[in-house]
Amino acid sequence: MKINVDGLLVYFPYDYIYPEQYMYMLELKKTLDAKGHCALEMPSGTGKTVSLLALIVAYMRANPNDVTKLIYCSRTVPELEKVVEELKSLMVYYEKELKEKPNILGLALSSRKNLCIHSQVSLERDGKIVDARCHSLTASHVRAQHKHNQDIPVCGFFENFDAHGREEPLPAGIYGLDELKDYCREKGYCPYFMARYAITHANVVVYSYYYLLDPKIAEQVSNGLSKKSVVVFDEAHNIDNVCIESLSVKINRRILDKCQQNLESLSKLINRIKDTDAERLKHEYQRLVEGLREASVARETDVILSNPVVPDEILQEAVPGNIRNAEHFVSFMKRFLEYMKTRLRVQHVVSEIPPSFLKDCAQKVCIDRKPLRFCSERLRSLLRTLELTDIQDFSALILVSNFATLVSTYTKGFILIIEPFDDRTPTISNPILSFSCLDASIAIKPVFDRFQTVVITSGTLSPLDMYPKILDFRPVTMAMFTMTLARTCICPMIVSKGNDQVAMTSKFESREDPAVIRNYGNLLVELSAVVPDGVVCFFTSYIYMESTVASWYEQGIIDQVQKHKLLFIETQDAAETSLALLNYQKACNNGRGAVLLSVARGKVSEGIDFDHHYGRCVIMFGVPYVYTQSKILKARLEYLRDQFQIRENDFLTFDAMRHAAQCVGRALRGKTDYGIMVFADKRFARADKRGKLPRWIQEHLKDGLCNLSTDEAIQVAKRFLRQMAQPFHREDQLGLSLLTLEQLESEEMQKKLEQKMQYV
Amino acid sequence: MSRSSEEVLLMVNYVRNKKTDGMLYMMGERMAWMQNSKNTFSYSHPYADIKSQKISPDSKEKVQLQVVMHNGSANTFHFNNPEGRSAQIQDRDAVKELLQQLLPKFRHKLSSELEEKNRLLKENPELFQLYKDLVVTQVITADEFWATQANKYTNGGEKGELKQQTGVSAAFLADIKPQTDGCNGLKYNLTADIIESIFRTYPMVRKKHAEHVPHEMTESDFWTRFFQSHYFHRDRTTLGNKDIFSECAKKDEEDIKEEMDKNVKDPFLDLTQLTDSTLDEGYGGTTEDKRISHNHTNLTMIRRFNYHSTMVLKACEKNMGQQESHKGDSATNSSEQIGDSPSPMMNGEASTSSNTEQSEPVTKKARIREKLELEDFQPEEKEKSLNLQLSRMDRYLHGPTPVVAVRYTTGEDMMQATHSVATEISHWTPNLTQVISENVALSVLGELSPGGALMHGTSLQQLHQMVSPNVQEELKQQYNALCELLRHFWACFPTSSKFLEEKVVRMKSTLERFQMAKLNSLKEKLEEDHYSIDLTGHMEEMLAAAYRKFDMWQSKRIQKKS
Repeated sequence: MKINVDGLLVYFPYDYIYPEQYMYMLELKKTLDAKGHCALEMPSGTGKTVSLLALIVAYMRANPNDVTKLIYCSRTVPELEKVVEELKSLMVYYEKELKEKPNILGLALSSRKNLCIHSQVSLERDGKIVDARCHSLTASHVRAQHKHNQDIPVCGFFENFDAHGREEPLPAGIYGLDELKDYCREKGYCPYFMARYAITHANVVVYSYYYLLDPKIAEQVSNGLSKKSVVVFDEAHNIDNVCIESLSVKINRRILDKCQQNLESLSKLINRIKDTDAERLKHEYQRLVEGLREASVARETDVILSNPVVPDEILQEAVPGNIRNAEHFVSFMKRFLEYMKTRLRVQHVVSEIPPSFLKDCAQKVCIDRKPLRFCSERLRSLLRTLELTDIQDFSALILVSNFATLVSTYTKGFILIIEPFDDRTPTISNPILSFSCLDASIAIKPVFDRFQTVVITSGTLSPLDMYPKILDFRPVTMAMFTMTLARTCICPMIVSKGNDQVAMTSKFESREDPAVIRNYGNLLVELSAVVPDGVVCFFTSYIYMESTVASWYEQGIIDQVQKHKLLFIETQDAAETSLALLNYQKACNNGRGAVLLSVARGKVSEGIDFDHHYGRCVIMFGVPYVYTQSKILKARLEYLRDQFQIRENDFLTFDAMRHAAQCVGRALRGKTDYGIMVFADKRFARADKRGKLPRWIQEHLKDGLCNLSTDEAIQVAKRFLRQMAQPFHREDQLGLSLLTLEQLESEEMQKKLEQKMQYV
Repeated sequence: MSRSSEEVLLMVNYVRNKKTDGMLYMMGERMAWMQNSKNTFSYSHPYADIKSQKISPDSKEKVQLQVVMHNGSANTFHFNNPEGRSAQIQDRDAVKELLQQLLPKFRHKLSSELEEKNRLLKENPELFQLYKDLVVTQVITADEFWATQANKYTNGGEKGELKQQTGVSAAFLADIKPQTDGCNGLKYNLTADIIESIFRTYPMVRKKHAEHVPHEMTESDFWTRFFQSHYFHRDRTTLGNKDIFSECAKKDEEDIKEEMDKNVKDPFLDLTQLTDSTLDEGYGGTTEDKRISHNHTNLTMIRRFNYHSTMVLKACEKNMGQQESHKGDSATNSSEQIGDSPSPMMNGEASTSSNTEQSEPVTKKARIREKLELEDFQPEEKEKSLNLQLSRMDRYLHGPTPVVAVRYTTGEDMMQATHSVATEISHWTPNLTQVISENVALSVLGELSPGGALMHGTSLQQLHQMVSPNVQEELKQQYNALCELLRHFWACFPTSSKFLEEKVVRMKSTLERFQMAKLNSLKEKLEEDHYSIDLTGHMEEMLAAAYRKFDMWQSKRIQKKS
């Protein structure tokens, strides 16, 4: 249908629309008009992606001068592909309506691992290996050598792309990973570099968060993107952690040892080259003197390592004199390495801020801050000069030099913690230095600054006001949408006690209590007897799940569960868990029904959907607080308190509740789907927790459902399931939770929608 | 009687049967008993004939074992080893255990046949009725009946074999409730069902069972070990290498590994490939909970739960898979096939898209589409019904009519006919002197209108209203039975063999019997109900035709002989 969203003609590829989608588009339109940022929460499974794409594409077509590009970031590869598929169906609709192909180029970009079509390299499954092998075939010096000596292998696809690929632009259309591969196979181009090149002129780019947020990757990939782009972070509830991860480094003794080897082999290499080709080193030196940083116009294949700090912080000056000479640099690094080694030789936990580390470093080994800041850049230049192919071998050295650059660049928002041993094994010395970012806004700041509109959206962003604080941005719109429902297809409830009235909680003091564990078990057994098909359970941590399962086995609860359903359990091995998931779905499909035990914050909770019969019931066993004993977390909480005035408890609760909401939200897709959401912990009933759930869950969590015993919960579930089993037709929804074009345009409905809007 | 090649599994002396001493032989395919004084078997029961065995309770003085046959008869063996009661019990138990193992094997074979027939009768009420009419009343023998019915239903039988097999309960191990026997021991009760479940779920155990029982250990020994093994106690780590099941554990682990190596092809489930561009080693890791548990037992237990569920699922899948391949429906297991087919590897630069690569995106795309689809957004699908296209309506309404009866009239004929009728009417002059009287005309009109005597045979529709449903049902049955018999009868011609000739004679008498016993009684009954129409007439005609044929055939035969 063609809808009028605040004066903008939007092509929406379906005949029906949810009211929330319309409201969502309204808000989005406002944001785009204002050229500002926004944070929008929209219930999961109500067609967020298609609303986003439909509106922004329409906006781009209407105002080609204001918005030139849509950059859509999501978390996982399947999600990227979903976005592409949705975009494709939108384009099909455009074509149908306009009677011509819309001139829009959209493509997905992913790592080499997912795009490579080289006959041998593409067989590898490990991303790092693919990257390294690709580099060994496409680095500029390898290709130069190939010209003289045909025996040195190069990648034919890349050669072909380099020769002709840039001349003819990718024809308009939507290219998912597979379409891109097919196209390039036909043309004989390298899909990865084709995509890298094409994103500069594409209208819609779909890729992972890391391509914007991780400075190491963003610098290479996303540099040329226009300022007039709209950036969308979908599933952004966890975006602060992505930011933090991309700027944090962990170094242990093994890495330092490897680094030592790297340095030795480097100095050997330098000596050899000095004997054979001294000119090359001299040339490099000259270049550095003149401050020609990246004068050799970023050969795209060579930039396998790049600056770990965000672009604003990179110094625009020449490399300092004392590390310009290759040998000097190596000995400089050796000195720094020795210093690091002494730092790791500690007996107690050390926690310090970067300035004190630098000061200590200057005192002990006379290394100043300034050369340290150039470490990673200098190393990059050296590695290129030495024409190394197997850069992967030098990962330890690269890591250390990146650390040096990071620690000397940022004086605020970071912390250095050196732990002599693991908490669990205090007798075994295993020193580890963690350099962690505490401030999520550092990594995302360039994105906010550079692009005119950044949309942060997810199904679970509550409480919304937290995100502008921790990401340090000023949104022009913040809104959350409830789910209009013709029948209440979600059934959230808080189970606070077992039938024996013993409180259910995963509180640290009572989580080992057999009565609590048994009550949790009984809840699962009884629910699995009532609920059809799939039941998904989330535990607060892997260790807790393991010990609970062990106790359940002793108590015979596992046997009882197995009487009703098959049991699958997430493990820490990803491949094993994938297999369990596959079988879980099989069991759901063939009608046996299954129970999946899984972990909040785990891979399953982040990436797998349990829509329809794959998850008729989700149980949260306990409040999924983050492991609070970690020193890094403590430092982060302290930082948040000092810098953003966020109380520790508030942040912890916020973090726990967003994960809980994320877990239960995975069960729903569309309004014809339905699911039970069981929060099994009495603490959920407290106002501070309950109030942090997304509004679309909260509004169905009536007071009467907040303090249930197991028996009562079963009754509620039974009634709910009976209701859901009744036939549900489109007519029941139409006009209420599903609108046709006429209904949407009616004045009455417009007024109604106006009232429903909830701003924060 | 006994073949020399037959394998004797067990010989038990001092077994009495019908108060005479003798020896019991347990052989490969039958059990037999020989009186001491003779050297031929007095009794020989193929295992396939044995329905079940019963043993005397311990409280009873005599140590006995009874075998009950399928035909309802039974035979009792009395063990009277002179060495005393314990020896007697030992003898008996040896026989019992052996029977326990052997009977299921043979039962399988036999019961499949019997069950098949039983099922056929159950599923076809008409066939059952026929069976009742013909076999139970001993018009024809059961064998004859099945001989003709068998080929009719073999095609259908295949469909029956595909009937869903019951799955394995996930909790079958938990259902084995141990009982304490009072003195520090546990007693497990195993039923054939549970054993079957275990075997189906863990093929390795079946293999081990086949390997070890009864050559190396007894049945009960085997199961004792099983109950001690990790299969039953999933929190136990495997002990030493001596146990037969520790090997199974290793094999299971290998299986899991193998499954994992196959890689989950579903892009939505493969957690290893989920994230794009993961951070390099050494970066990040600050927000993740990196605590790893060190409890090895718990970890293996969790893996065993997963493995158990997987195996249970597989046990049911095997049948399903067969079914699907029968149907040639490969859509659902295409994903698995992808995993199995080795991708042809190309060397050199040109990487051609191999099979796997091509089919993968297709299924992947389908999966993505499925994920994206919001049910309520889809345009309503109208129930598509096929329009019945009839080239000739009357054929559909009246059924096929013999070609001779059909008189094709061309359009021209029709025109001519109407024309001639029209001219005749226009030229018609009533011959008033020859008009019939009023009364007669009226009565004729009355008879010609519906319900009148002259309209009797024309209104076929009324027949089913006229005849009560019970009678209809009975008629149908009789028709069925008669047709079946007639089929037998006519199938004998031409009488090419002696056997067929005999059969013809037999069938003739059968038909006569049928007419006497069934048809005539039915006729009488119908007469009692005052049906004006002759409902049995057709059947009688059919019989008469058969008799005529028989007479002809017989007279010919006599001529030939003379």
